[in-house]
Amino acid sequence: MAKTPIAFSLNGMERSMFVDPGQNLLDALRRGVGDLSPKYGCAQGTCGTCSVLVDGKLQLACITLAEAVAGSSVTTTAGLADGSELHPLQRSFMDNFAAQCGYCTPGMLMAAKALLDRNPSPQRQDVVEAISGNLCRCTGYEPIIDAILKAAAFMRTRGRP
Amino acid sequence: MALHRGRGFACVNYPIGMNLGGDPSQALVHSTPDGKFMVTLSSIDLGQGMKSVTRQIAAETLGVPVSDVYVDTADSDTGPHCMGSFASRGTHRVGNAVIRAATEARTQMLQAAAEELEVDAADLETDGEGGIRVRGAPQRTISVADVAVAAQFKQGRTLSGRGIFLVPPSEVDPETGEMSPVTCFAHAAMAVEVEVDDETGMVRVIEINSAYEVGRALNPKLVEQQLVGGAWMGLSHALYETTEPYYPDRDHLPVDFNTYLMPGPGDVAPHNIAVLERPAEDAPFGGKGPGEMCANPVLPAVANAVFDAVGVRCDDLPITPEKILRGLRANGS
Ligand code: FES
Ligand code: FES
Repeated sequence: MAKTPIAFSLNGMERSMFVDPGQNLLDALRRGVGDLSPKYGCAQGTCGTCSVLVDGKLQLACITLAEAVAGSSVTTTAGLADGSELHPLQRSFMDNFAAQCGYCTPGMLMAAKALLDRNPSPQRQDVVEAISGNLCRCTGYEPIIDAILKAAAFMRTRGRP
Repeated sequence: MALHRGRGFACVNYPIGMNLGGDPSQALVHSTPDGKFMVTLSSIDLGQGMKSVTRQIAAETLGVPVSDVYVDTADSDTGPHCMGSFASRGTHRVGNAVIRAATEARTQMLQAAAEELEVDAADLETDGEGGIRVRGAPQRTISVADVAVAAQFKQGRTLSGRGIFLVPPSEVDPETGEMSPVTCFAHAAMAVEVEVDDETGMVRVIEINSAYEVGRALNPKLVEQQLVGGAWMGLSHALYETTEPYYPDRDHLPVDFNTYLMPGPGDVAPHNIAVLERPAEDAPFGGKGPGEMCANPVLPAVANAVFDAVGVRCDDLPITPEKILRGLRANGS
């Protein structure tokens, strides 16, 4: 089957690649581009660890057709840090011990980023809802919720994208 | 139709490790030419913090900063043998092996330093910040980095160590069945408060209060993290998760995360934890490790709380709404 050429922006860099018909975005990112930050969990849209932002909207890369992001701008966890400076969310996850095995972490970070982009002052319940599509096997969620609330508070005082 | 509150309690004495075949683990420690130390293991860190804890243990034993120690693990081709990450044995067994390996490496490090400073190795001490000094003469110092360079390029000496921890294998007495399965126990007590809806059979966990005795908490934040996450897993086991909902009938077997139920972030209950420290004599710096015990008391405590709330005794898990409703009907309510 013919491959389709697509171009999109990934974490601010222009990318062009050939994708297979039906190939999902997660596969295109991981195997095509080599961005391993979105993780491969269930591959059926139920665990959330493959979450990315497509034009600022939270999307599950495993059930997004790669072709569909042509012309769009995609953000993954690899694009969160500003050079060597971690994003406040990343720092807060570290400071609050919000990861154990870390497999859910990229998805949690992207879900949190999508939340804070649209609501810089979330309540605890908003955070719970924002990550309710993301499964974590290890932490019991509490440290993750705390980390997101603390990052939000930090970003409100310091101001950062 | 009403909501019923109930409280359940459970205690655990939890064995650290097992003892069939001695339960051994090994560790290797060596310095790089610039005075950092590499700890090589094959023990698995699956998020419980084995790498962090063994790193701390090695740094403390060597007398160098934690930032100068690296732990390489999880490859049984390149790391020395370990029985595995199970039975809550990681901190205790692997930690003890690391202490032995790091002690040997430290001895060599001090010998190499003694040769450079032209003093007796017995007179040397580490400052924990990357320096080695002569006891009582603090101006006579040498950095660990310089010692490593001298050992590697001048003295032709390695700064390395090997360690193994083995519990004397315990045979089962054929007459009495007696044996000593473990070397130490950790302990926990937990009270869980639930609310049960007698119309739907749904259980909501209101609050968990617990006390854990884990020896010394070598890394208090990691201990807390494991206790919180582990209790969640126990809760999940008590109320939600099963691969065979109608065991032994295999019908309705979950095949993915849509049908395999786990509590989400909205089902988290507040958990107040008290960590009691009673360092164990044979444990690395007294730390026994929380391990599996984090999840265990939750199951009986939830079952007891449900019984307290609605008088239904569930003796197989998970305690689903369906089982509670059947129990209520059997009780005639
Ligand atoms: S891998 Fe995409 S939701 Fe699980
Ligand atoms: S940290 Fe292991 S799945 Fe979330």
